[in-house]
Parts: sequence; structure tokens; C-alpha cells
Amino acid sequence: MSAALHERGVAELGAALAAREVSGVELATHFLARLEAHRGLGAVLASDPEAALAQARAADARRARGETGALLGVPIAHKDIFVTEGLPTSAGSRMLEGYRSPFDATVVQRLAEAGTVTLAKLNCDEFAMGSSNENSAWGAVRNPWDTSRVPGGSSGGSAAAVAARLVPAATGTDTGGSIRQPASFSGITGIKPTYGTCSRYGMVAFASSLDQAGPMARSAADCALLLSAMSGFDPRDATSAERPAQDFHAQMLAPRPGAGAVRPLEGLRIGLPSEFFPAALAADVDGAVRAALAELEKLGATLVDVSLPRTELSIPVYYIIAPAEASSNLSRFDGVRYGHRAAQYKDLLDMYKKSRSEGFGPEVKRRIMIGTYVLSHGYYDAYYLQAQKLRRMIADDFQRCFTQCDLIAGPVAPSVAWKLGAQENDPVAAYLADIFTLPASLAGLPGMSVPAGFGEAGMPVGLQLIGNYFQEGTLLHAAHAFQQATDWHRRVPAGY
Amino acid sequence: MSQPTLIRGYEVVIGLETHAQLSTQSKAFSGASTRFGAAPNTQACAVDLALPGTLPVLNRGAVERAIRFGLAVGATVAPLSIFARKNYFYPDLPKGYQISQYETPVVQGGEVEFYVGEARHVVHLTRAHLEEDAGKSLHEDYHGLTGIDLNRAGTPLLEIVTEPDMRSSAEAAAYAKALHALVVWLDICDGNMQEGSFRCDANVSVRRPGAPFGTRREIKNLNSFKFLQQAIDFEVQWQIDLIEDGGSVQQATVLFDPASGETRAMRTKEDAHDYRYFPDPDLPPLVIAPEWVERVKGQMPELPRAMGERFQREYGLPAYDATMMTQSKAFGAFYEATARACGQPKLAANWLMGEVSRRLNAEDQSIEASPVSAAQLAALIGRIADGTISNNGARQVFDALWSGAGHEVDAVIEARGLKQMSDSGELERIVDDVLAANAKSVEEFRAGKEKAFNALVGQAMKATKGKANPAQVNELLRKKLGG
Amino acid sequence: MALTPQDVSRIAHLARLELTPAEQAALLAQLNGFFSIVEQMSAVDTGGVEPLYTPLSALQQVALRLREDAVTEADRREANQRSAPAVEDGLFLVPKVIE
Repeated sequence: MSAALHERGVAELGAALAAREVSGVELATHFLARLEAHRGLGAVLASDPEAALAQARAADARRARGETGALLGVPIAHKDIFVTEGLPTSAGSRMLEGYRSPFDATVVQRLAEAGTVTLAKLNCDEFAMGSSNENSAWGAVRNPWDTSRVPGGSSGGSAAAVAARLVPAATGTDTGGSIRQPASFSGITGIKPTYGTCSRYGMVAFASSLDQAGPMARSAADCALLLSAMSGFDPRDATSAERPAQDFHAQMLAPRPGAGAVRPLEGLRIGLPSEFFPAALAADVDGAVRAALAELEKLGATLVDVSLPRTELSIPVYYIIAPAEASSNLSRFDGVRYGHRAAQYKDLLDMYKKSRSEGFGPEVKRRIMIGTYVLSHGYYDAYYLQAQKLRRMIADDFQRCFTQCDLIAGPVAPSVAWKLGAQENDPVAAYLADIFTLPASLAGLPGMSVPAGFGEAGMPVGLQLIGNYFQEGTLLHAAHAFQQATDWHRRVPAGY
Repeated sequence: MSQPTLIRGYEVVIGLETHAQLSTQSKAFSGASTRFGAAPNTQACAVDLALPGTLPVLNRGAVERAIRFGLAVGATVAPLSIFARKNYFYPDLPKGYQISQYETPVVQGGEVEFYVGEARHVVHLTRAHLEEDAGKSLHEDYHGLTGIDLNRAGTPLLEIVTEPDMRSSAEAAAYAKALHALVVWLDICDGNMQEGSFRCDANVSVRRPGAPFGTRREIKNLNSFKFLQQAIDFEVQWQIDLIEDGGSVQQATVLFDPASGETRAMRTKEDAHDYRYFPDPDLPPLVIAPEWVERVKGQMPELPRAMGERFQREYGLPAYDATMMTQSKAFGAFYEATARACGQPKLAANWLMGEVSRRLNAEDQSIEASPVSAAQLAALIGRIADGTISNNGARQVFDALWSGAGHEVDAVIEARGLKQMSDSGELERIVDDVLAANAKSVEEFRAGKEKAFNALVGQAMKATKGKANPAQVNELLRKKLGG
Repeated sequence: MALTPQDVSRIAHLARLELTPAEQAALLAQLNGFFSIVEQMSAVDTGGVEPLYTPLSALQQVALRLREDAVTEADRREANQRSAPAVEDGLFLVPKVIE
């Protein structure tokens, strides 16, 4: 039955482990082999099979001692933006080539406590800056649905690995859409929880007021299991929300009051912002999303028209705030205490400049330049301060919507995954494609991407669902209901 | 503010920025120890080193100390203040930015009162804000390289900023001393200047009286009151020379070289003027509830000013004596114990300002180190007050106690026979003998020679081996000669 | 308001980046392209609007959480310096710092 192992998701594998039908070691062995067999996708940056098998044996021992737990012995992989003691962490950058962290990120540590087995570190855009994974110093990642196309980014390695079923699930991070957009491009399920739900401690920082970790897997149910384990208050992160631990899986399963099995979403109001359906929206995406909305209606949801008037403004607002914070967060990479140091330099200043110029790629330099400029003397008020004020207005727009609806729905991205290299000549144009994911990021709201069908060239299309603060349960419930009624999330790219 | 004393016709304008290291166990934003003198980088944890993925979490103890300071100087403790990032590259600054407070500091306003001689001065504070210290660059040679020790990185600092209120280097030094005494008094800073726990930056400019403020130069990192005064004095002359030679002062950051006694402009941080401050997204606003401020108020020690006023009220001390007695918490306690025990508050103050201070200063010691205890000093003062010993004898007893030659006041008086003669019968006999033996002087006195009287007094004192109370001798002689 | 090549080199210096003339030229064009989409921002009246520095303050007032003053970190110098480019006697070595 081993051939079938990778056809199962996290929940099913957890059940198989509980039933002693399979061991953690068997699972680790099987998925390690798949990761190795499909290196060509470029998803894997680091892996230590021996260490992974040791973790698997430890998980099996815990189970033998009578321990249970949905994730005990389940293999996963981490986006290379999470620092790990056991494996090198590069954040997709030459700057951190071979860097060994003396500690594990809180998210990594919590998933380990839950018994997951870490098989690999996965490729991503350098310092999570990008939406195609082409900004990785270690090469692009290919989309398993069409290897001439991008998997999306910045969590492109995670998306491709899960889509190709090289791992049942992976962690990702989302600053402006880096979980939702690659999930959409690669036909998997991903959730970015409310800002403050997952600890940022041990995530290599991109934009501190936007970064959030989340799971990427095949289904809402699998995401719920992982999110419950990886989230929760962390005293090491001053922006971590002080809330009791959440069982998102139970919240996902909890029936809506007054809803039946046939119409599980009875009474759920889904808002459709007109700005999320512009004329420019690709027809294939528009078609798939509208079909998904019709399906949600069949399940009992009612669709209401709402408005997010500052949707377009979210692009400049985000691309001022995120680079500003990044320019400061990346100042620690100076070649003094760790990271790349140039081989030749005249003096201290020269060492800084050469080390940073050699260590950072073009997109990272571009954003450091933008961020440094908007914070520099005389420009702060016009750019950074103005952007933060508009950010408040964008957040207020959402609150107005949530008086009319429980969830907001729309496309994740204006198009399906594009061809590798399609945007390398106009990096700034790529920013525009983030338009539908940026608003929720700026407001700190939870957002999800759910497989909703296929578009041009048979490429996956994702439906974006956005909830109010800490309404992950409602999001997952709706997504789960949708996935009970559809099989988009079960489709597999040919050859995997 | 006192009358400005002009230097070569120029008025000196000084503002101070003081960095007081807060006496917390752990760092401002990490759980690493703040202990001084550990092996390099053994007290620099992942957060202090700014390793990838690390985040700051603020130390409650640092905020508590800032509140205590704010209350002590009568400032506003801001109910909401903001931490910002001050961005610049320097090897001893691991994150490439310093977490500090920029637009909204935790302590706003306030004033510090102190005396120069007997003249009362008040310096107004602009603000005091919380920030983190940087590491240290060790310049002693690592084959042409600099070594970076980050043990100090992240140590909490309170930066206390004054208005440009001071008009002389002496006034600046006096303010710095008063501020130093205050932070130590409040137990928020150990005040150890050798270890850099209390460092001053001086903003110095000169102007013709009545003219607008001149361009200032900032003298960095002055870690002794002496250097502070020397550096300002040199800087003032330098600026006046420059102006007199037709030049104009350019804003600059300068360093003081104690060896040469000169200041010179720094060569680094050439773009220090664009720090790109912005609110630190890792740290939401610091909110201080009124209840917290009240709680701290309740735990405040009696402040020097209040204690001084109480000494004036309860012990009838002059204002000057009162400030002298409250130069430190320990000094105030020593004074009060002495005054209570001997019931002679003014005498006690005189002895502490006189003999005691003189010897402490000579040995460069503080009151805690006094070999003579408050109880001993009180006993001694008691014996002066009840006429048992003369001031002269008292000084001898004090010597014995200070040197450790004696311990118990009365025992020393006994042993050294310093007791004054109080038996008037015996004294009368002696006086009679003296008069009889000095008929010549008696005649001269009767002839109106006042000098002769002094001679007789001297003879009498000599005959009593100095144990007689001179006043008593005088009185007896006058009685007998007048008779 | 377009950036000049001087702006680009000033910012690059502030950010401690060394750019080749080609990079400089490319960046100048890209930054100006970017700032053209930023202009729409300045048109919006944000009078009286509080900036949203941390997202959850859109939901409720967020107050900084404090830690108790206790030493919780042991000496881990060796592990912490594992990836250091140049260390001697536990010190990080850099080119001479001239003050």
C-alpha cells in the first residue's frame, strides 16, 4: 500500500498512524524518497534524511508509549524562512548561505512538540520578497502543473512540494499574499491567520507588522490540524495575541446554528467586493471564482455586494510600508556577526557595502532602496506616515463590510500562474498582481486560498476567503463545506 | 538661572544629555544578564546579537525605573509612549538600528534643583526616554582589527535631556553631580562612572550676551565630572578663538581626550543626520496606567528636597546645612541618627560639614565608610554640650575614634584626662595661688593693663593643666580682682 | 517628483549598498516607475486619521506586553558564534573602527 501513502493528506495519515497501519519511519522514508526523486522542481533547499528518520523513530516511540495526537509522526517541511537548529536556514538568500541558527523558530518547535517530522527546508523568494519564487538565490521553483510556469511566491517551494505530494503539508509565511497566492497558483489550500495568531519568533523578518505564518496543505481540514499546533501565544513575540490555545479543527467541524447537512452554510453571508471583480480580471479566473461562489450558494450561503473602495490604493500603501520595515529589518545583515562577508574590502564602510551588495539579490536591493528612501529625511510624512493612515482607512473599510457579511470572497490573483521569466523585465509590474491579497494583509485579517477549479492551460485557480479578526473557524468551516462538495483540492498534477 | 559669567565677552550656553544605565538584572529587551565585566560576548544572547528571527520584549523593571525618575523630577509620566528605530550602521549596533524613543518619550518635562556654593540653581528637563545601550569596540590591537564585545548591547538606558539652561562649566558639573546623586538615591542606577553607568554628552555653544543661540558642538561620552568641566572649558575657548579669528562654528560631534585635555571632531557617522526614525513595528505602544504610577509613588523613598525641608522644619537647620546633610541618602540617615541621639541638631550638622567631611574628602570616601559611627559622634557631641570636654578635647577624642585608637567616647576622655575641671572649690584654691604668685601682673591689671589679665588666665589654665573651663576661670578671676 | 541619480547614490550609501552604474541606471528607472503608482496616495485626504502601525490596534487598543526583570538566558557564545565570519578571544573582528 506504500504507493498510496502520498495520496493521503495529513488527517488520513494521522488516522493511519493511529491505527498502526503505518509507522512514522515508513512515512518519512516514503516522502524522503519522493523529495529526492523530484529534486528537479527546485523545491528543496536542505534536507537531512538521517535526522528526519531519527525524528520519525522518536515519534513512533512516543506513540508506542501510548501518546496520541493527530500530527504524531506526520512528515512535513518548513519554508526556509523559519530558523531551525538542525538544518541550515538561508531565507533564499546568498547572504545567509550555510547559516546555522542556535535555536528553532517557535512555530517549528511547536510542530515538533506535536510530533511532526521535519523532512526538509523549502525554497522561497529571497527574504520572502516576491510572488513567483524566481527571486531565490538558489534558483526558481517550478509549478508541478506546468514546469514552465512559476508556482507563485514567496512560499513557492512549500506550494510546489505539497502540490506534487512530496510532503503532505508545509509551513509558509504570508506578508502580502505569500501563502494565498502560491496556494492558488499550485492548486492547494493555504491559510494566513489573523496577525498575532502564530509567533513571529524565529521567522526571518521581512515586514514585522505584516508577516504571519500559516499552513499550506491539500485541504482545509489538514490546514486546521496544523494551524492548531503551530499557533498560540508566545511571550517571545510582543505582537503575539494573548489568547487561549484554539482547536481550529473542532471549530471547522462545528455546525452552524440552524444549518443542516445539505445546506451547511445556511445563514452565512458572503460579501463580494466589486473592486475584486474588475474588468481587467482574467476571464478564466473570473469564471472559476464565480462557479465556486455559486457552489457556496448551493451550500446555503447568501452572496451580498460590498465595497472595498481603497483596494487599488493598497498596492502603493503596501509597497511603502513593507519595504520601509524591510530596509530596517535587513540592516542586521552587515557581515559582522554572521552571514556573508566580502572577501576583499578596503575598510569597514567598504566591507559593509561589498558584503551587502554581494549577499542581497536585485529584488531585495530594490526594496531596501525604496524603504530607505521613504523613511529618509523629508519624505517620511509624505510616504510612510501617509501610507500608515491609509492603512487604517483600509482596515476600517473591512469593518464596514463585516457589518453586512460574515466572510468576504473573491479571486486570490488576477490570473493563473505565469511562465517563468515572464516578469523579469518589469519587476514593478509584478507588484500590481498582488492587488487582491494586499488589503487583508494590511488590515491583519485572516485570509485563505481554496482550490476552485482550473483556468487557462489547465492551471489551478484559487478562491480567496477573508474573515474578520480571529474568525479562522468560520473561514475553515466554509472552506471545508466547499471541499466536501467539490474535489478541486483532490486533483493531482500529471506525473506526481 | 544665575547671572551669566562672561568669558572673553561671550556667554556660554550648555545643555546636557545624560545616559544613566538602569540597574536592572536583565537587558532592556532580552533576558541576558547586565552584569559588568563578563568575558566578551558571554552575556550577549541571540536577541542582543540580532540573530535572524529574534524579537525584543521590553523589561518591566526598566519602565518602573523611568517612572520613578519622572516622579522624582516632577515630570509628566506619559500614559502612552512609543519606541522607534534609530537606523545607522555601526559594528557595536547589532540590529543596524537602536531601539529608542523619539517623538513620544516616557518622561516629559521636570526639573533638577541643586546648589553651586550657597546659590540655588534649577535646570529644566526637556525629556527622559528609554533606549538600549550599544556594545563596545575594543581598539587595542587585534593585528590591525577592532574587536566587538556585545555584552553591553541592550542594557537599558534612561537618556535625560536638559534645556540649554546652564551658563558655565561649573554649573554643568554641579548639575551632573546633582543628577548623579538623584539617580543613585532613587536606586535606578548604580552611578558607577568608571564602568560607564553614568555618561554625559554636553552640547556647548557661545554667543554675545542677548544674541540668539550660537551653533552648538556636542562633546560625547564624558564619564567624569572633572572631564566634563575640562572638556567644556576647552571647547568654549576653542569656539571663541574660532569666532575671534573670523571663523564660524559648524555643528559637529566631538570627543574629549583626557590626555591632551582637548576636544576633536569625530571622523565616523558622517551621515548620522539621517537616522530614518520610525515606530518599531515589533513593539506596540508602551501604555502606563495611572494605577501603576500611583503604586510607584507609594514606594518612592523620601527625596533629597523633601528631606532637606524636613530637616529645616524639625531640626531648625539653615537651608544650606539642610542640602549638605542630604547630599546622599546615607548622609541624610547618618545625620538624622546623630542629631536624634545627641539632641543637638545644629552641632551635629557642624561636625558633619566640618571634621567628618574634611576627613572623608581627604580620604576620598563617602559617609558609608566613616570609621566613626553616628552613635559615637552623638556621644561626643553630647559631651561637648554638657561641658565635660572642650572643643579642643573633642577634636582629640574624634581623632582617637577615627584612627581606631579609641572606641568608647567616655573611656577616651578618661584615658586622656580630657575632662574639664568642674569642682569650683579646687579651682578657687588654684586661682588664689596664681594671684598670690603673680602680684606683678595683678598690679599691672589694676593699673589698667588688660593684657595682664590674659596672662593670669593663662597661668591658671597652666596650673590646671588645661582641664579648667576657661569661661569659669575668667569669671573667678574677675570676681576676685574686682573684689 | 522624479528621483535623480544623486538620490539613488545617496540612498544606496545610506543603505550601505554598492551599485554598479548599470544597477544604478536600472534602479533609477524602476524607482521612478514605482513612485508614479505611489502618487495616487498623496491625493487622499487623511486628515484626522490615526496611522495603523500595528494591525490589531484596528480591533482594540494594543498595549505593549512587558516581561519581568529576570535573567533567563544562559551563556551560549559558542553556538551563537557558530556562523561568525571572524572571531578571536570571543570577540567579533571587524576592520579598524576609527572614531
